[in-house]
Amino acid sequence: MSSRKQGDSQPSEDGGTAGVKRIKITKSSEDPEKKGLSRRLKDAEISLPIVYGTIAFYLGRKASESQSHKWTVYVRGATNEDLGAVVKRVVFQLHPSFNNPTRVVEAPPFELSECGWGEFEIAISLFFHPDVCDKQLDLYHHLKLYPEDESGPQSTKKPVVVESYDEVVFPDPSEAFYCRVQNHPAVIVPRMPAGFNISAPDPAVPLENTNERERGDTKDHPLSQWFMNFSEADELLKLAAARQQVQAHIVKLRRQLSVMDGMPQLSKPPSAYE
Amino acid sequence: MDAKDILGLPKNQLPIPQEKKSRPPKEPQRKPDGISREVYALTGGLAPLMPSVDASQLRRHPPPDEKITWQWLPFTNSARKDDLQLFHWVRVVNGVPPTGDYAFAKYNKSVNIIKYTDEEYEKYLTDPTWTKEETDQLFDLCERFDLRFIVIADRFPSSRTVEELKDRYYSVSRALLSARAAPGDIANDPLVKEPYNMSQEVERKRALSMVLSQTKHQERKDTEVLAEAKRITESRMAAKGPEESELPVAANIGPENSQRAVVSGDAVTPSNATLPSAITASSTLMADNASTLASLRMLRVYLRTYALDQMVQAASASAGHRTIKRVEQTLQELGVNLKPKVPTKAVCAEHLELRKEILSLLNLQKQRTPRGDQDRPFMPDPLSFGGDRFGKRDQKRKAPGRSSEAAQSPSQSKRPRKMKASDI
Repeated sequence: MSSRKQGDSQPSEDGGTAGVKRIKITKSSEDPEKKGLSRRLKDAEISLPIVYGTIAFYLGRKASESQSHKWTVYVRGATNEDLGAVVKRVVFQLHPSFNNPTRVVEAPPFELSECGWGEFEIAISLFFHPDVCDKQLDLYHHLKLYPEDESGPQSTKKPVVVESYDEVVFPDPSEAFYCRVQNHPAVIVPRMPAGFNISAPDPAVPLENTNERERGDTKDHPLSQWFMNFSEADELLKLAAARQQVQAHIVKLRRQLSVMDGMPQLSKPPSAYE
Repeated sequence: MDAKDILGLPKNQLPIPQEKKSRPPKEPQRKPDGISREVYALTGGLAPLMPSVDASQLRRHPPPDEKITWQWLPFTNSARKDDLQLFHWVRVVNGVPPTGDYAFAKYNKSVNIIKYTDEEYEKYLTDPTWTKEETDQLFDLCERFDLRFIVIADRFPSSRTVEELKDRYYSVSRALLSARAAPGDIANDPLVKEPYNMSQEVERKRALSMVLSQTKHQERKDTEVLAEAKRITESRMAAKGPEESELPVAANIGPENSQRAVVSGDAVTPSNATLPSAITASSTLMADNASTLASLRMLRVYLRTYALDQMVQAASASAGHRTIKRVEQTLQELGVNLKPKVPTKAVCAEHLELRKEILSLLNLQKQRTPRGDQDRPFMPDPLSFGGDRFGKRDQKRKAPGRSSEAAQSPSQSKRPRKMKASDI
C-alpha cells in the first residue's frame, strides 16, 4: 500500500524527449499561496487511479413495481484509499424521473444509494480541490440491474456489479498539489530527478472539509467484498506476449521482402513457413 | 394486425399506406404518351426536371391543309460584315418561304468596349508605364478578341503579362466611366465597386500554381502541419496558459528530432520502397503523436482512457477504415482487449505500441501480397502456434495464469476455423 512511484518504464509516448524531465517554473507572485499554485511542474504528471461503477441488489420479496432493486453508484480509489485529498466533491446526475436528480456528495466515500427499477446512464462529475484543477471531469456509467444470465429468478444475495478502472491524469500539476500528495497512498506521483527539493505543504493553504471528514477510504466498506480486482500485471503480460509475436512476424516478413526483392517477381508468396 | 387491434388503432389506416406504396413504383413504368417506350427509357425512365422537348408535339402531324416542300434557297446572315450569300435547305409552307433573319445571327454577341478620344486620353488616362500607342493597341485587341486576355497577351506586340494588361484595361475603363458619368450613377457598376487589384491577382495565381505543382510528399507534409496547427490553436482556445509559447516549439522540435532518428533507424531496412514511405509514415506518426500530447497537456485534467483513444486515433490517422478493422481483428486474435481493462500508464503505452506494430505489420503484408486479399490478415499457422506457446508460457505463472485461461478458450475454438481458411 505504499505509494507507487513511476520511472521504471520510460513511456514512449513522450514524443522524442524521453528521459528528460523539463521542469518549467513560471514567475511566482509574492503571495505564498499563489506561489504554490502558479508554479507548475511540466512533464511531471500526477495520476489518480480510480474505480467507478454500480452494485445492484434485487430486493426479492420487498420488491415493488417501482422499486425492484437497491443500487449504489460510487467512485473509489483503485486501492481503496481515500480520494478526498484530490477530489473535493462528486455530483451524480440521475435519471430525471428521480426526485432531485442532481445528487451532490461533498465528502468521501463518494457514493450514492437509491432504489429503482430502471437502467439508465449515470453522469458522474468529479470536482477537484482548487490547487488540483479548476475544471471538472465527467464520467459516464450505465447502471445495470439485471444479470447477464437471465435464467432463473434473481438472487437477493448476489448483486450485479459493474466497475470500470480508469486513471485521472493531471499533466502539469501545481507545486502545491505535488507537495500535498507526494506521499499520499491514493496518488501516483512521478519520481523527481535528484536534487529536486520541494518544501512541505504550506499550512496557509488548508483543504476545505478536512475537519469534518470521517473515514474517507473504502477499505472496510460494507460493499467491499464485491469490489473487483484490477491487476495490470495480467494485461501487461498479454500485451508483452502479443508484441513479441508481432515483432517476430515483422522480422520474418522483412526477411521475406528482402529475398523477394532480390529475386524476379514471384506470382505466389513463398509457400514454406517455419 | 393483431398489434393494431390491441393498440386500438383503426383498421382503415391500412389501405392508405398501401396505396402510397403502390403509386410511386408505378410512375416510372407508365410512359407518357407521345413518345415510344424505348425513347423514354433513354432518359432514364424518369421525367426530366425541365421538359426539354414537349412530348406531345412529337407525334403531332402537321395540319393537312398545309403543303410542305423543302427548297434549296440562298440566305444572308446579318451577323456578317460582308455580303456573302450561302445556300441551305428551307422548309417552305404553301409556297411561302420563312421570313426573318438567319436564326443564328442573334448569337453573335460581343463585349462593349469603351472607346476614348485623344482628348480624353490626355485628360484622364495617361500613365507613366504605358504609352498611348500601347493602350490603343490593347483596346483594339480587346475588342477583336472579346476580352480574352490570354489571347490578347499572346498577340500583344510588346511583352506584357496578363495581369498588367488586365490592370491597364480595367483602370482605363474605370477612369473613363467615372469621368463621363456623374459619380452617383456608376456607384453600382462592378468596375467601380470591385476594382482590379493587380498585386493580389499575381499573388493568387502564384499560390495556385504552387498548390498545383505540389508533389504528394509535399501535400502530406502540408496536411500534417495544418492539422497540427489546427490542434494547437484549438487547444489554445480551450485553455489559456502562460506556457503557450513553449508548446508549438516543442511540437515542432518533436517531429524534427524523430525524423532524424527514424532516418538513421531505417537505414537498415532491406527494401528500398519501404524506406521513403516508412519515413513519411513514421514522421506523420510522430507529428500526430506530438500534437496529440500537446493538446492533452492543454487540458488540465483528463482520463487515461481518453488519452489512449486520442493517441490511437492519431496513430491510425493515415490508415483507412478497413485497416483499422484489421488491426482490431488482429488484437482479438492475439487475445488482447481492444480497450484495456486496467488502463494504467504502462498498459496504455504497451497497448499503443502494440497497435503501431500491428499497423506496420499489416503494411508490410500489403507490400508482400499486394493483391488485396482481405481474408486473413495474419498468417494463420504461426499464429495458432503462437497461441499454443502463449498459453503454455502463461500457465507457468501463478495467479495471472488462471484468468488468462479463460481468454485462451475463444482463440482455441477459433483455431480449427483458421486452419480451414489457410488451406486455400
